[in-house]
Amino acid sequence: MEKRVVFRERWLPALLLLPQISITIVFFFYPAGEALYQALYRQDAFGLSVVYVGLDNFRDLFGDPAYLASFRTTALFSAGVTALGLSSALVLAWFADRVLRGATLVKTLIVWPYAIAPAIAGVLWMFLFNPSLGLVAHWLRALGLKWDYLLNGAQALALVMVIAAWKQVSYNFLFFLAGLQSIPKSLLEAAAIDGAGPWKRFRTIVFPLLTPTTFFLLVVNLIYAFFDTFAIVDAVTQGGPSKSTEILVYKVFRDGFKGLDLGGSAAQSVILMAVVVLLTVVQFRHVERRVSY
Amino acid sequence: MVERNRLLDVLTWVVLAAGILVIAFPVYVTFVASTLTPQEVLQSPMPLVPGPHLVGNYRQALLHGAGETSVPVARMLFNSLVMALGVAGGKILVSILSAFAIVYFRFPFRKAAFWMIFVTLMLPVEVRIMPTYKVVSDLRLINTHAGMILPIIASATATFLFRQFFLTVPEELAEASRVDGASPMQFFRHTLLPLSATTIAALFVIQFIYGWNQYLWPLLVTTDRAMAPIVVGVTQMISRSGDAATSWNLVMATVMLAMIPPALIVVVMQRWFVKGLIETEK
Repeated sequence: MEKRVVFRERWLPALLLLPQISITIVFFFYPAGEALYQALYRQDAFGLSVVYVGLDNFRDLFGDPAYLASFRTTALFSAGVTALGLSSALVLAWFADRVLRGATLVKTLIVWPYAIAPAIAGVLWMFLFNPSLGLVAHWLRALGLKWDYLLNGAQALALVMVIAAWKQVSYNFLFFLAGLQSIPKSLLEAAAIDGAGPWKRFRTIVFPLLTPTTFFLLVVNLIYAFFDTFAIVDAVTQGGPSKSTEILVYKVFRDGFKGLDLGGSAAQSVILMAVVVLLTVVQFRHVERRVSY
Repeated sequence: MVERNRLLDVLTWVVLAAGILVIAFPVYVTFVASTLTPQEVLQSPMPLVPGPHLVGNYRQALLHGAGETSVPVARMLFNSLVMALGVAGGKILVSILSAFAIVYFRFPFRKAAFWMIFVTLMLPVEVRIMPTYKVVSDLRLINTHAGMILPIIASATATFLFRQFFLTVPEELAEASRVDGASPMQFFRHTLLPLSATTIAALFVIQFIYGWNQYLWPLLVTTDRAMAPIVVGVTQMISRSGDAATSWNLVMATVMLAMIPPALIVVVMQRWFVKGLIETEK
């Protein structure tokens, strides 16, 4: 789509674009280029000399068991967050869509946690599950469960997954609800008259018609789980115990700022960039031609 | 609703009540903790009824803070407000101008400018933290509000949204302005800007929350704790050395204070907020 009527000034558009273009160059293109460049070099321990090493940083990463473990953790984490966040949001949205009286109140009560920062969500839950003073931790122990996410890696990973999904439910809920409300009521009524119960209608009509929404949310949630969950991990576990919750974004941060391994951190950044670009391209193709039946 | 089904109606309320409970419970416990004494919070199990120290705890937190550094929370709230308004206002200003240029003008390198802006949709700050940090420190922007805000503004979501909106504005409006002898900027100010009011409101809500909730970036750029926004400040109040060393009642009061402004915005401006979310599709 293009406008037919356009203004002919030459310098005005350049002036209008100047703020955004200059910010983009200084804080986006230059740093991204720098990351690409650094990924090909290696600095010695004292920062005295820099040597060109080609793809060695990448080779080292993929030969490093710690990096591969972080990849696996991230995969497990993202899959868990996405599955949990999407399924619970869909259930809530489906039921909320049935509500006639008090629908706005229900919606507000479910939607407002969107405003909670991931770091704050982390603190809220950490306070409940903290082994020594947490209320829920106390209940879990009363039930006979040995709860201590500061020592047990599997419990720590499960906890950050639940927090990340909890934080994302309101967002997913909004989109599912909008999707559900756009399904023509006449379709569902016709199916009901033909004798299809609620579950059958959900399986054969509602869920297929929600495919575009679900697909969109799938990509958004994966990107969220990959990148926006840094704050949750940092607030709750700092990647521990013994790196069991060290997802990729956390490792970039730790290796770069704590370990001061510039080349290695830059190579990790480049790999992460590739992942985002891939996910975004998938998303854009989907925006172009919606997945549908 | 398609048919009457008593069982399903009951189930609906059970599921929704359970969902709302899971959403609200952590916040309720936090609120209760913020009204107790530190000793009461450390009891196991902690009481589930609010105590009488609401005003005292919040005043203590706001004016004096807690933990090793004791930055007053009022100061952190100020930093958060500056950051949220800076990110929201900055993004809207920068991107409405560039969208105007891209949609309403024809000039050399227009396509190139378009693409330069839109690739930034792809890369969140998280993946380029090290080099961006270096740029900000070379510009001597560490521990400044500008250093916290500017790198976050470099993103294309808002430009994209304005572009989409401008494309739906009827062509006759620009044509009429031109016939009447209005300059492009007069057209922008008197026609386009008023028409964009809803889009601006929607974007403002989303970007305010986005700015308020930033964590990693302000954590890196603020080595001076008096510059940290509340979301970063509150995690620094929690002592890593032991649970008893943390004033949990004050930490929880601070958590409440960190949640209230963005939550209020979502609830009060719900209509714009939903519109903004669905339209930006992220």
